[in-house]
Formats: sequence, C-alpha cells, structure tokens
Amino acid sequence: MAISEHIPIKADTDVLAARQKGRALGLQAGFASIDITLLATAISELARNILLYAREGEIELRLLHEGGRRGVMVVASDQGPGIADIERALQDGFSTSGGLGLGLPGVKRLMDSFEIRSLPGQGTVVTAVKWELR
Amino acid sequence: MDVPVLKQGPYLIATVQSALTDADLAQLRRTLVEQVGRYRSRGLIVDVTAVDVLDSFACRTLRDIAHMTGFRGAETVIVGIHADLAFAMVQLGLSLEGVATALDLEEGLAYLNRKQRAAKAAAPGLRPPAGKSPTRDRRGH
Ligand SMILES: Nc1ncnc2c1ncn2[C@@H]1O[C@H](COP(=O)(O)OP(=O)(O)OP(=O)(O)O)[C@@H](O)[C@H]1O
Ligand SMILES: [Mg+2]
Repeated sequence: MAISEHIPIKADTDVLAARQKGRALGLQAGFASIDITLLATAISELARNILLYAREGEIELRLLHEGGRRGVMVVASDQGPGIADIERALQDGFSTSGGLGLGLPGVKRLMDSFEIRSLPGQGTVVTAVKWELR
Repeated sequence: MDVPVLKQGPYLIATVQSALTDADLAQLRRTLVEQVGRYRSRGLIVDVTAVDVLDSFACRTLRDIAHMTGFRGAETVIVGIHADLAFAMVQLGLSLEGVATALDLEEGLAYLNRKQRAAKAAAPGLRPPAGKSPTRDRRGH
C-alpha cells in the first residue's frame, strides 16, 4: 500500500509539521541526510507560499516505489488566487510580496522533478519529486 | 518557541534550539534588536546549529537581524550553519550577503573580538568603553 499523508496548511506551525513529516518520509525512503534537508527545505517553501498567497491549502506527501527505487512526492495544492504568469513566477527574484522570489525556482533546483499548474482565480498545484540516490 | 539570549560581556548570544515558525522568527528579530540596544551590545552571535531548515524567509530574517542590529552599533555573526544546510541554501539561491558567518560559537567569538580590537585601534574613544553596569564583564575576552 502506498504511504500518503495529507497535511492541512493553515498556520505557520503547519509549515513545521509538513517539514517534519517530509523528513520522516525521506528517512523511510532511505534518503541521505543531505537529501532529507533538501526535501524539507522545498516543502517549507511550498507550504509558506500556500499560507502567504492562498491562506490555506494542503501538502500531500507520498512515498514512491519505481523500478526498485524509492522517492518522495510532494503535492502542494491550494484554491487561492493562482498565478497569472507562471514563467515569471519561476524566475529567480520575481516576487509579488517583497520576498526574495527564490521559493519556486529554488524548489525546482532542490527536487528532481517539478511541475506547476495554476489558473488565476482557481488555485495552484505544485508537484515535485525527490528520488533516493543510488 | 522562545530563543534563549545570553549576555556575555559586550556580546549577546542567541541560541536557536529548534525549528522556528515565521512568527517565532519575527519575534526573535524584535527581541534581538531591542536587547542589543538595552545592553549596548557590540556584537551578536546567532547560533543556528540546531536548525533543520533555513528557507528563504528564515534567511531573510537573519539578514534583517544582522542589518538592523548593525544600525544599532552591533556586529552580527551567524554560527553553526551545518554542511547540509549550506548546500540547501546554495541550491535555493540564498545568500547571507554582507552578514558575517563562522563555523561555531568559538570562532564567532574570536571574530567579534578581532573586530572589537580593530575598531578600538582605529577610533579610540569613539564609543564609551563597555562596562557601565556592575554586572558587565570588564576584563574583555
Ligand atoms: N500558491 C501560490 N498561489 C498564488 N501565487 C503564488 C503561489 N506560489 C507562488 N506564487 C506567486 O509566485 C511568486 C514567486 O513565488 P516564490 O516562492 O518563488 O517567491 P516569493 O514567495 O515571492 O518569495 P520567497 O519565496 O523567496 O520568500 C510569488 O511572489 C507569488 O506571486
Ligand atoms: Mg515563496
């Protein structure tokens, strides 16, 4: 059975909870400590974006098995305002909130795969996977 | 989550003991900026050895702390960024631009002491010597 967890993101303490669960799952997936830190950092950025831009949403964490390799999938979803220009949002330094604008492009670099779907007025779903090193 | 702040001679040492929420980080920033003024500190060490993740917001807050306390006459050193964290920060594209860092507490203190000596040599008497209050360590380090 696939292990999957849904963590509601509504408050800043939920960001820490999601990070901790991510760590635990990374450990289960046999990740090296460095990869666990990269995964936890990515989760932190995505959860914070949910809070900041959509106010609430959820992070789903799923343990993957594929061809004998383990990984952790992170799905961050919300029904907030969505992103009008995704390409710009993925550029280093682009921020509509006075932030560093490094969250989304950073997550892309921290994880092995990255996909974002967003529609203005409907919400945003970011899916990213990190695989066990072998 | 409260971050204990220790006064050691002319310096303050803040030891972050676990993961901090955004609200905790904002609180830490307020506390440190205030305490640097209250104790007329010349230096501030923020020890992040126990921190599991330094994401963009945490990094920005650390930078703010360093710059804000800088305006109040204290030099800030961030110590204890372990290797995994350093790697993650680089991947994220984060930098601690203009903020001093040191490997650990000891190195951080050594750095501040060097800075203090250099500042005294360059401008003796620019600031009154630390040690107005009887609790303050007069020997220096
Ligand atoms: N879940 C979301 N819903 C709506 N807009 C979003 C969402 N996530 C990101 N964005 C938009 O994309 C921009 C870039 O996001 P990114 O996380 O890269 O940077 P930031 O949040 O502005 O700053 P940082 O993450 O560095 O503190 C944001 O400023 C925001 O406009
Ligand atoms: Mg962000």
